Amino acid sequence: MTIKRHPAIGTSDMAAIEVALAKGASRRDLIRWLGAAGLSAATAGVVIGDAKRALAQTPKRGGRIKVASQTSSTADTVDPAKQNNQTDYTRCFTFYNGLTRLDASLAPQLELAEAIETDGATVWTIKLRRDVKFHDGTPLTADDVVFSLARHKDPATGSAAKALAAPMKEIVASGKHEVKITLESPNADLPVVLGTPHFLIIKNGTTSFTTAIGTGPYRCQVFQPGIKSIGVRNTEYFKPGQPYLDEIELFGIPDQTARLNALLSGDVQIATAISPQLAKRVQASPGYAVFETKAGGYNDLVIRQDSDPGRNQDLVLALKYLLNREQMKSAIFQGYAVLANDQPIDPTNRFYFPGLKQRPFDPEKAKFHLQRSGLANTTIPLHAMASSTMLDQAVLIQQAAQQIGLTVDVKRMPADGYWSNVWMKQPLTMGSINPRPSADVLFTLFFKSDSTWNESAWKNEKFDQLLVAARGETDEAKRKQMYGEMQTLVHEHCGIGLPVFMSILDAHTTKLKGLKPIPTGGLMGYAYAENVWLEG
Amino acid sequence: MLMLAMIGRRVLGGMLTLLIVSVVVFVGTNILPGDATEAILGQSTSPEAVAGLRKALGLDLPGHERYLRWLGGLLSGDPGVSLINRLPVAQLIGPRLANSLLLTALTAVVAVPLALLIGITTAIWRGTLYDRVANVTAVSLVAVPEFLLATVGVILFAVQLRWVSAIATPSVGSLTQALQSFTLPVLTLSFAVTAQMARMTRAALLGVLDSSYIEMARLKGVRPARLVLHHALRNAAGPIANAVALNLSSLLGGVIIVEVIFSYPGLAKLAVDAVETRDMPLVQACAMIFCTTFMLLVLVADICSILSNPRLRTR
Repeated sequence: MTIKRHPAIGTSDMAAIEVALAKGASRRDLIRWLGAAGLSAATAGVVIGDAKRALAQTPKRGGRIKVASQTSSTADTVDPAKQNNQTDYTRCFTFYNGLTRLDASLAPQLELAEAIETDGATVWTIKLRRDVKFHDGTPLTADDVVFSLARHKDPATGSAAKALAAPMKEIVASGKHEVKITLESPNADLPVVLGTPHFLIIKNGTTSFTTAIGTGPYRCQVFQPGIKSIGVRNTEYFKPGQPYLDEIELFGIPDQTARLNALLSGDVQIATAISPQLAKRVQASPGYAVFETKAGGYNDLVIRQDSDPGRNQDLVLALKYLLNREQMKSAIFQGYAVLANDQPIDPTNRFYFPGLKQRPFDPEKAKFHLQRSGLANTTIPLHAMASSTMLDQAVLIQQAAQQIGLTVDVKRMPADGYWSNVWMKQPLTMGSINPRPSADVLFTLFFKSDSTWNESAWKNEKFDQLLVAARGETDEAKRKQMYGEMQTLVHEHCGIGLPVFMSILDAHTTKLKGLKPIPTGGLMGYAYAENVWLEG
Repeated sequence: MLMLAMIGRRVLGGMLTLLIVSVVVFVGTNILPGDATEAILGQSTSPEAVAGLRKALGLDLPGHERYLRWLGGLLSGDPGVSLINRLPVAQLIGPRLANSLLLTALTAVVAVPLALLIGITTAIWRGTLYDRVANVTAVSLVAVPEFLLATVGVILFAVQLRWVSAIATPSVGSLTQALQSFTLPVLTLSFAVTAQMARMTRAALLGVLDSSYIEMARLKGVRPARLVLHHALRNAAGPIANAVALNLSSLLGGVIIVEVIFSYPGLAKLAVDAVETRDMPLVQACAMIFCTTFMLLVLVADICSILSNPRLRTR
């Protein structure tokens, strides 16, 4: 039984429908919801049928898989605080759980937490499940959670999430199974932060990370940095029936062609992070499939607003109209991309604003703005990283510009030192941003006036005010409206041209079932281990 | 006596060479744009973070001071700590060196006897059809790049036929496992080096076979096999040993393509990674190992040629 994707609807939406169905949404609710999204009742019926069938797939117990991921080094870790790449995240989600976990629309769902309460988003009370045990048999208590969260604030831990933990002013156990977190200022996204990989929960007092003792779906049997890790099924996992596999072995094959060959030769069952070009080869091989996760990662055209020629708003608009999004999607990403609209919130995000009108590829309009800018006869340099999709996109911009008589001089810069010497330093550069867990994080890092990585040096007071207000707002509808306004502001005024959102692609044998996209990253936002099973 | 003196001279010369190489590598790595802090911080750099990390890693010191520190450490037997992951360089290199040695040894076991066999037989049967076929094949194989051989090998034997594994794991648990892992990489490497060594062997032998004492032996009625193996081969041993040594030394650090395609954790990939991340202690350690191996193998080759030559041996 395979899940057929209806052409009218993305895999992420499909997953959202399945979640809704699993939670008990009625058929009528869903038809109304899909109707609002522009689907006829008949089409909606088909979509819902597919989703129901996917839900009806029954997982099988047993079997073992090998997974080849894209990085491997002696810096591999099972310390949640020190994770710094996707292989680490994939490994740690096999052994640990977080208090929450992000779902297909990046909304937080309860995991080790049983309830999370707040008024005003400053003081938070987290009640823990009482049926959770660590792999060594000790039950999970509030002390473990306090330890796991508070250690990020200690500089000696060397945590990659120190900045995210810093606003947690006070973290205390207010009961055996209750934790109270007081923030410096209101943040309605605390449950989202707690669902990110660095905030996985470890045992109170853990100092040695030669092995992993967590609460997760697999026990750590082998962990050798730079070589491999092996997890065996945790028979006392708190989610009934899960996980399904007996064993998961994870190791790195950094070269992606070699990684794919290992899959196609039967040496491994999953090869993560495959490029769109290689995805075609997977699809041509019977017995193998590409798992597409539509996500919020993007390459963008960065036009600095604090220097010439980017200060000229007509030039900015001309360049935005020159982005041939359809062509980039099909030629560079082989269709594994979603059209974007010069703002960074992608359609999988719960705060995506669908009302914003799509900016088309329009050489005529571009020409009009170019004439108005008075820069028609100048040459504009655009810096991009050599042999990257950023460069491919820059070249397409160059070609489109040629059509209207604008000369864009594409400078191919080496990957070495690109992020420190070129990106944001030259007037026009190509940037690349990974998916982030929330609209707040994304906007704060890359668009807030005083942020170090405010890519285009864009200053907008109204945007900054909305950002702080939306962070403290607990009413989801009001937040959605604020984030919608912010998306409009960025779309209209910011010096960022954002053509497409790139999908994340993993390849796997079709015997592997149960994968559903979660847009924080590949392999179900790294949490595939407890959800997949083998068939046949 | 002669030999001991030579070895002594070589060791001293080798030390000097290593010193010069280490200076050149150090200067070279410093000329490259960026440093280890950028590799660690990646996109998330900020001037303060870079400055802090530089200080913590000792990168804020002037170049000559860093070099002398590293040299002092090396002389006292400590090659330092990786700038990237703070692990001792010795610990990083140890298993990788073992893996590379294993791959080199397995390749040598296949390639050297085969090369000698082909080289000698083509010299004996010079001008025959066998000689010509072997020569054309050898030249063609030298001309085909390794990445092509390896990729075609993987697609054919691992992906399509599934006879062997597409990735090489550096362990020899059982014979079948070893065959699964090593067949393709060893064959790929063997193709190129065998062809080269065989050509060199043939050329060296032919040079000797044309000399007058061989003419004499032939006139005296020595059988062809004895002529080649007993009379000619000994005089050709020097150049042959050198050809073998050169090819083997390139196997230790120059097999980056095979390591990447088969995902084999060897020294070459480590060295490339180290250069990419500007991990100076690791780059230096790799350079020292490659340089030392090269000199050792050439030394062994020279000793072989002295031993095989009575005039040099007894003088």
